[in-house]
Amino acid sequence: MPAPPLVSVENLVRRYPLPAAPFGRRRHVAAVDGVNLTIAPGRSLGIVGESGSGKSTLARLVMALERPDAGTVRFRGTDLFALPPDELRRMRRGFQMVFQDPYGSLDPRQRVERIVAEPLDVAEPQLTRRERADRVAEMLAAVGLSADAATRYPHEFSGGQRQRIALARALITAPDLIVADEPVSALDVSVQAQVLNLLMDLQETRGVTYLFISHNLAVVEHVADDVAVMYRGRIVEQGPAAELFSAPAHPYTRALVEAVPDLSSFDGAGSHPPATDADADVEADSESGCPFAPRCPRARAVCRSERPRLREIAPGRAAACHFPGE
Amino acid sequence: MTVLDVEDLRVDIRTPTGRLPIVRGVSFTLARGTTLGLVGESGSGKSMTALAIMRLLPQAADVSGAIRLHGEDLLQADETRMCRIRGDRIAMVFQEPMTALNPLHRIGDQIAETLVLHRDMARRAALDEAARLLDRVGIREAQARLSAYPHQLSGGQRQRVMIAMALACRPDVLIADEPTSALDVTVQAQVIDLLRSLVDEFGMALILISHDLGVIGRLADRVMVMYGGAIMEQGSTKAVFTTRAHPYTQGLFAALPGRGARKGRRLAAIPGTVPAPDALPAGCPFYGRCPRGQDVCRDNPPPVVEIGGSRAACFFPGP
Repeated sequence: MPAPPLVSVENLVRRYPLPAAPFGRRRHVAAVDGVNLTIAPGRSLGIVGESGSGKSTLARLVMALERPDAGTVRFRGTDLFALPPDELRRMRRGFQMVFQDPYGSLDPRQRVERIVAEPLDVAEPQLTRRERADRVAEMLAAVGLSADAATRYPHEFSGGQRQRIALARALITAPDLIVADEPVSALDVSVQAQVLNLLMDLQETRGVTYLFISHNLAVVEHVADDVAVMYRGRIVEQGPAAELFSAPAHPYTRALVEAVPDLSSFDGAGSHPPATDADADVEADSESGCPFAPRCPRARAVCRSERPRLREIAPGRAAACHFPGE
Repeated sequence: MTVLDVEDLRVDIRTPTGRLPIVRGVSFTLARGTTLGLVGESGSGKSMTALAIMRLLPQAADVSGAIRLHGEDLLQADETRMCRIRGDRIAMVFQEPMTALNPLHRIGDQIAETLVLHRDMARRAALDEAARLLDRVGIREAQARLSAYPHQLSGGQRQRVMIAMALACRPDVLIADEPTSALDVTVQAQVIDLLRSLVDEFGMALILISHDLGVIGRLADRVMVMYGGAIMEQGSTKAVFTTRAHPYTQGLFAALPGRGARKGRRLAAIPGTVPAPDALPAGCPFYGRCPRGQDVCRDNPPPVVEIGGSRAACFFPGP
């Protein structure tokens, strides 16, 4: 009997209004359009997709930073959006977020000690100053920073070190879930590896569960147990990371995987598969057919008339395609 | 045929607290119809090298060495002369097309402006040529798109417009600074394809700056790996990518999460962070993060050694 999921998301929808044409009807775009997913405790779910796919909106909904237009987010079985505000606030200690930009996400006027301790104000207001300082020191050590970092300001640190500070802050309430939105995208390659190693160490030692969002497939393949690929607000493919990347079933997943150069088998410039026609993407958004059909090299008549539903194609794997794996 | 010959290029920035060496003795040559990839992390000096070639560095920068375009030293050229060369003989494409394009002008006018300025073309003829260029870089319905404003285009389309603008005068050298870094992976692949076909078709020389080894590997004939303002290793892409003679090159490759990697495998991170220019040792800039570093590396500039067709600046090179 598998453990009950830590997070379960059901039929989640979030729409944003589009700028209205004069005298026109107000139109909406669904940034997240009927997403279902679950994450088991201690596992990592990677969300992959290009800009505009809705992956960051999904992260904000899971963090209850935004309300959905429909659907539910359950954390340890509790519907977050059914909670009264003060109970939701108390619940927040269980899930924390790390953002892409280690420069913009830390208050430049606060010392690191204050930044890292801040989530405790709500989570554990009864702590003494001494206890808070101890907790901060413990967290800084856990993310590989020296104790004297506590009295310094964010600008005194490099990008990678700032991302460690952000992680220390996220971990201080001992959360079960960390939502990480592009946590290494702003970092140089050599530093990115340090932070990825740290994320994996923390999972091992603290049993943290990750919802890990990235446009970088190699990074996701490295940290995630399971992967969901998003396109235009919907999940178009999901499954175990190793299987999904080695044998992508959805043509969009395949396009993403093939667009990433594999440096392990370098054989000189000029070797890579043809690109899909991304220019077609900005054109018609068909209401009825598959949203990927205008870019899809394998689209047939049915793809333009009937929207494929996400369905199981193998045990543990699902794809929203009329012709998966062809 | 050598188009561009850069010799012992040095850039120092004057600050109230002293001179900061940003580029420390960079030399390379660039042949017609070839692509040179410049790889490095932030602060490696790769963009500064490009701006030095364009003569677009700030006033506080002192530049020495030589930058010869068809034999003419650009460092000796006055600003009037540089204005004729920039956009005509050497053009540049930047990472973020939204900030490089003027949001208030139609894209057709922005492309045509270059032709009016450098080629004395009439506006009508310049707009026709702009449409041809847009078509060439893969913008559909190019004629109609001439009147579009930058915000009406997607990120990939804006980058194509930038490329069309840079190509307008058929430059001898095109410098592309992180041209695909702001783009989604599938769009990235298209822009790479486009750049490659343009190099082949026009016989331009391309300097491609990127932190992304994958992009460099797909496009560049030759590679230059930079760190701390200096060249760590250079050679044919194949030689550099397969030999990896310099410990820094090895570190960069090892730190990449590879395709098909097992989940949870630890990455070989390079310890420490990129040092500030005023904190660099007198010798090899990589000293302090290098697993092979000895006292000799800290105090003396490393010799350039050739191994497997690749040239590495290192006292202890080799795989």
